[in-house]
Order: sequence, then structure tokens, then C-alpha cells
Amino acid sequence: MTATVVAWILLLAVAAYACGGGVDYGAGFWDLLAGGAERGKRPRWLVDHAMAPVWEVNNVWLIFTLVVMWTGFPLFFQTVFTALWLPLALAAVGMVLRGAGFALRKPTRRLAARRIYGAVFAVSSLLTPFFLGTVIGGVASGRVSPGTTASADAWANTTSIMAGLITVAATAFLGAVFLTVDARRFEAHDLVGYFRLRAWIAAAVLLALGVIGLVVTDPHASYVHHGLTHGAGLALVIAAVVALALSAWLVAGPAAGWARYSSVAVVALLVAAWGFAQRPYLVPTSLTVQQGAGADAPLQWMLVVAAVALVFIGPALVVLYRLDTHGVLEPLTDEDVAE
Amino acid sequence: MSTAAHLLADTPAQLLPARELMAFTLASHIMLVPFGVALPFITLLMHHRGLRRADPTAMLLARRWSAVMAVQFAVGIVTGTVLSLEFGLLWPGMMGRWGDVFGLGFGVEGWAFFLEAILIAIYLYGWRRLKPWTHFWLGVPLPLTALMGAFGIIAANSWMNTPQGFTLDSSGRPVDVSVQQAIFTPMFGPQYWHFVVAMFLTAGYVVAGVYAVGWLRGRRDRYHRLGFTVPFTVAAILTPVQFVLGDNIARQIFHKQPIKFAAAELVWDTDTHVPEYLFGRLQEDGTVKGGLKIPQLDSILAGFTPDTQVTGLSSVAAADRPTATQATITHWAFDIMATIGSVLILLALWYAWCWWRRRDLPKSRWFFRCAAVAGVASVITVECGWITTEVGRQPWIVYQNMRVSEAVTPTGAASLWTMFGIVVTVYVLVLGSFLAVLLKMRTRWRLADAGSARAQAEGPETDTPYGPRPEPAATAGPGEHRAPGSDL
Repeated sequence: MTATVVAWILLLAVAAYACGGGVDYGAGFWDLLAGGAERGKRPRWLVDHAMAPVWEVNNVWLIFTLVVMWTGFPLFFQTVFTALWLPLALAAVGMVLRGAGFALRKPTRRLAARRIYGAVFAVSSLLTPFFLGTVIGGVASGRVSPGTTASADAWANTTSIMAGLITVAATAFLGAVFLTVDARRFEAHDLVGYFRLRAWIAAAVLLALGVIGLVVTDPHASYVHHGLTHGAGLALVIAAVVALALSAWLVAGPAAGWARYSSVAVVALLVAAWGFAQRPYLVPTSLTVQQGAGADAPLQWMLVVAAVALVFIGPALVVLYRLDTHGVLEPLTDEDVAE
Repeated sequence: MSTAAHLLADTPAQLLPARELMAFTLASHIMLVPFGVALPFITLLMHHRGLRRADPTAMLLARRWSAVMAVQFAVGIVTGTVLSLEFGLLWPGMMGRWGDVFGLGFGVEGWAFFLEAILIAIYLYGWRRLKPWTHFWLGVPLPLTALMGAFGIIAANSWMNTPQGFTLDSSGRPVDVSVQQAIFTPMFGPQYWHFVVAMFLTAGYVVAGVYAVGWLRGRRDRYHRLGFTVPFTVAAILTPVQFVLGDNIARQIFHKQPIKFAAAELVWDTDTHVPEYLFGRLQEDGTVKGGLKIPQLDSILAGFTPDTQVTGLSSVAAADRPTATQATITHWAFDIMATIGSVLILLALWYAWCWWRRRDLPKSRWFFRCAAVAGVASVITVECGWITTEVGRQPWIVYQNMRVSEAVTPTGAASLWTMFGIVVTVYVLVLGSFLAVLLKMRTRWRLADAGSARAQAEGPETDTPYGPRPEPAATAGPGEHRAPGSDL
């Protein structure tokens, strides 16, 4: 029972990282495609301003995911990190480059240096979610089981690659939707249309990849495939598609702000669908939630810690996002530090 | 020598690169930790002074420190994320078997860190629009979250040093986990307080050191005086406290991890009247080459009397204790830490004396030279303290329960060496750029103080997010904009 609850918390943390981190990765994706220094000036300016106050917070979901994984399901953690060593190692390197690139670009003034930091940030914004996606695909494909050692087969297969591509498309979609809304918030009206178009393209690509994914993964990931095409899994997938259509519609209208919520719903529903499809396995079809669960006492305490933390973090998070979306959070200017 | 060769043959090939990689990433991350933990506190102290006394100089210092904090925190968060990934990438055996036993500490740390990230975002970006005191009070919980985060991390690490809170079943797997016991292990208290004080002290000396250099270069205005005095006072008050705590943790190690103590003090045979070695190198046969030998002192330090019996390395099998090289590394790290700590006491006393006599900073240039070096020196002590605790535990990753070689990933040595190379390159570039950015910021601020900021800020590349917030121009389609505030 406790293990099941912790498993849902784990899935929730993954969903939160996919949504929160996903927006940031998506912003980096559009930074990459924004064009040369002149042409890309405006979109990059928006990316910088939109991401700066919240990206560190969004990143913490990943750390939290890892902690829940090794405390709640140590064997699962060991299995995933042993079998999917390479994509995880590459994702780790990508995360360093990405965070450092973004953080160092801001206070840098020379164009050449800003270009380098920006390129590092943007390229790793594409690669990191791709590799994380392949890890999810690798787990879902069932090629990983306790005792599997690292091999290319575990992640360089159709399911993994498709999962990687879908992850990138999902981040691009999230990023574009959020940036469309941010463009309005920062009153950069020219960028509203710019990112709206990209949101539509990303939504279409995501839909297409999803359909292709469902078709081609059948022989490779039969358990999860079955779960995604039947029952609760299927219902969630359909709900995700509806949310996708809704986001595409909302983003064009006067209530674009709501597109944030519907786009987050798309990704959260997809993660939930994956979770439902994979029940009761952590690793289909070799390790169930019950088999992989750690000792009872720490699991119960984890629920306590999570509940206590929620009391502190929930309000703080709401305050942060409210301040951010109301334009209260602004970086210090040169005047502020040069009086 | 034959035992060493035997041990080497026993260890998997990927152990060395995994160890090196972990050591390198931890050593890099730990340099940023004092600032993550203590810079918010020092900044808030200055911020409070600025608000309370309506002191523009103090406010300027607080704002600049928070600008530094923004970059530092971002770099710290990525190196920290890498560490949590590395637990799985390098030591899946440890996490697989013990993750549930000692993972809760990390859980606490994760949540604390979450809260810290939220609050720091509000604090860093709240300077312009929030009401001054609201802004300040929103920042006040920051040091508390940092202390909470340290609690979680140290709980996990001290558990690795003195593991408890479980029993082993017939197949050697931990069962009957007691969370309270696993968190509050014997080494937890000593390690926690020693660590926390080290962080505040180091951050204080490093920040003060920057202004000590400015002072030595003749910038003796109120700005430099204040920038030096506040952090230096914090550090100077904590230095004697740390001395007591350091002495305490050494004695706790003597009682609870006798083999680590033996490595740190180069004690080979269990005996009374054990001499103290300052530096020196342990040989395979148990003799010590070089170094300064002080008779009886080690026994006296451990138990206040020369009759105190100190456990030696040879009391356990060669496979269960650090090698001669590892013991020497531990010993040197320990001695360097203790030496620097003692010298810092003298510096703190010098400062206290002048303040007591004249209510003023010491006049001597030598004082400021020492203060400038104190920052770097205390970062070195942090590294040394960490080396002492980690290398001194060898060959155990979980003391007396799991060897490092049992925890290591089965991934091949070649992959790990490759990743090691990539990570070193990336970290050198990132930390180098981080330093360069800080120095650039310093130069810019100095120019601004000299009044030439306007002249500086007229190039085409000067519009950054630290520049004035632009009114976003919104006229024609994308691609035609030259609006200020655009980057790249």
C-alpha cells in the first residue's frame, strides 16, 4: 500500500519535472532555432527573461525524482542506472552544460562569449531531454531488468528513440506555449505570433510522433503498448490529445493564459498514461512496484516528510509562480549594482 | 608490497575511474557549497544593516553579493544535480542495497533545497519591485533552508561513516530499518556542526578576502571597509568555535572510527604513549618516513593522558583498512586542515585584539595580506576535511558493511575513463568561465564606482539582463527588431 502511494508520488515528480523542466528545455530548443545573433535577438531576449527566475526551481524536481527513486525503490534505481548508463551519463553532461551556459550567458557582455554560452545552452537543451526520453523508452520497452548491464540495445531501439523524440517534441510544445503567453506578459506583441506558430508546429509534430510511436512500438514494448491502447491508459492518451487540441485553440484566442494549463495537462496526462500502462510494474515485466519497494519504515517516513514539505513548499511555489507571472520578479539592473 | 598487489588484483578495473570521477566532481562541487549555505546569511546581514540604518553603501554591497549569488547558485545547482545522478551512474550497488536505509536524509535535503531554490529566486529577482522590508523578510528563511539541507546531506554521509538502524537478514540484506537510528548516527552531531560552521567561516573569509585585496591596493573607502568587516567578523567569531568543534570531531572519530583515526594520525600498532606525527609518509611496513615526531602527544590529544591506548592500523586485516598511500593522504589532509585552522585562530585573535583596544581594523598591511589569503586557505581546509573523512573510510563505502569495490557500477572502465575526461574538460571550462564572469562583474562594478560606467556602457554589446529593463518595442514582424534588451 505504502509502496503504491510512493510509486504515485514518484510518477507525480516525474510529471512535474516533465512539465516544469520541460518548459525550460523547450525554451532552450527555440533558442537553438532562433537564428543568428541579429535575427534571434528578440526571441532569445524573451527566453532569458521568461526562464531566469524559475529554471532552478524546475530543475529541483529532477533531484527529487532521483531521491524518491533510490529511497523508495532502490533496486529499480540500481537497475535503471546500470542498464541505461550511457544515456543517463550523457544527460548528466548535458545538464551541466545547459545550466552553466544559461547562467553564464546572462552576466556576460562580449558577443563572442555570449554566443558560445548560448550555443552550449541551446544544443544541450535539445540533447538532454532526448536522452532522458530514451531512458523512459528503455524502461517501457522491457529490455531492462534487474541485473542487465549497460548495453546499447537497452536504449538504442525503436521504442527508446521514439520516446526521446516525443520528449523533445513535448518540451518544444510546452516551451512555445509558455513563451507565447510570456510574450504577451512582457508586451512583446511581435513575439506572440512568432511563438504561437511554433506552438502549433510543435503540437502537430507531437501528435504525429505520438501516432507513429503507438504504431511502431507494438512489437518492442508489448506490455506498455497494450496498456496505452486499452482501458485507463487509452482514456488518458485520448484526454492528452484533447488537451493538445484545446491548447492549440486557446493559444490563438484572447484567453491564451489558459493554454499554459492545458499544455501542462498534455504532458502530465501523457506521463500518467505511461504510469497507468505500466502498472503494476516499475520495469515491465520483471520488477513490480511491490517487488522493488524498499523497507517499510523509510517509505512511511517519506510520506511524512513529503506531507510536511508540501505544507512549506506548496505555498512558496504558488507565491513564486504568482510573483513571476505578475511581473514582480525582475533581474537587477546595472543601475542597481552601480550606484 | 605483496598485499598491495593482492588488493589491486581484487578490485574491478572500473573502480579507479569511478573513484576519480566521484572525487573530482565532489571536490569541485564542495568549493561552491560554502556560498550556497552561507552567502545568503552574510548577504542578509548586510541587507539588514542597509535597511535598518538606511545605509546606501550596505545596500549596494548586499545587491552586488546577491548578483554574485545568482551565478554561484546556478552553477552549484548543476554540479549538485550531477552528484545525485552519479550516485546511480557510479555506485548503483550502494544505492540498490542501502538506498532505502539512508535515503531519507536525501529526501529531507531534496525538499529543503527545493524551498531554498524558490526563496532564492524570489530574493534575487525581488530587489526591484518588492517592498524593501517584504523583500528582506522573504529572504530570511534562506539560511534556515540551507541548514536543513545540510542536515539531510550530513545525515546521509555520517550514516556511511557509522551505519546503523538496520539488521542484516540471512542473505546479508538490510531489514528492520529504523529511520531515527539511521539518521541520528553517532557521527552525525559532530559532523553536522563541524560542517555548518566550516561553511559559514569559509564564506566569510572568502568574501572578506576580496575586500582585503582591495584594501591592500589602496581602496580604503567605506565601501571596502564595510565589505571587509561584516563577513570577516562572522568568520572571526566562528574560528575559535570551529577549533573546539574540530577537536571534538577528532575525538569522536577516535572513539567511533578508530581505524580512520589511526590513518589520520599514522598509528600503526595499537599502543599507549603514541607519538604525534606532523606530516610524514607511512610505509608499507608501518614505519613513518619524514615528518616531525612529537613523543606522547597523540595519546594525550586522544584521551588527555599519555596512557591512552590508541588503536593502530595493523589491528585489522590489510584488506579492511586504508592502504599506506591512502593513510598518508588522509594524514596530510588532516594535518593541513588542523594547521590552517590553528593559524586562522591567530588571525582572529589579532583582529579581536585591535577591535577591543581601538574599535578599529588592524593597521598592519600584514593583517590584510593574511586576511586575503584566509579565504583561499579556508577553501583548502574544506577540501582537506572532506578528504579526511572520505579517504579515511577506505576501503569501505558503508563502513564495515560494504566495500567501495562492491558498490561500483559494472560499466566498463573505458566508458568511465571517457566520461571522466569529458567531465573534467566540461568542469574546467564551466568553473573557469564562472570565475571569469565574477572577475568581469567586479571590474564593471569598479569602473562604475569610478564614475566611468556611462562611458563603458555605450558599446553595442552592453545590453544585458543586468542592463536597464527595456521597453519592448513591438512594431513590425520578427527579425526587424533592434530593441534594447535583446541578447546575442
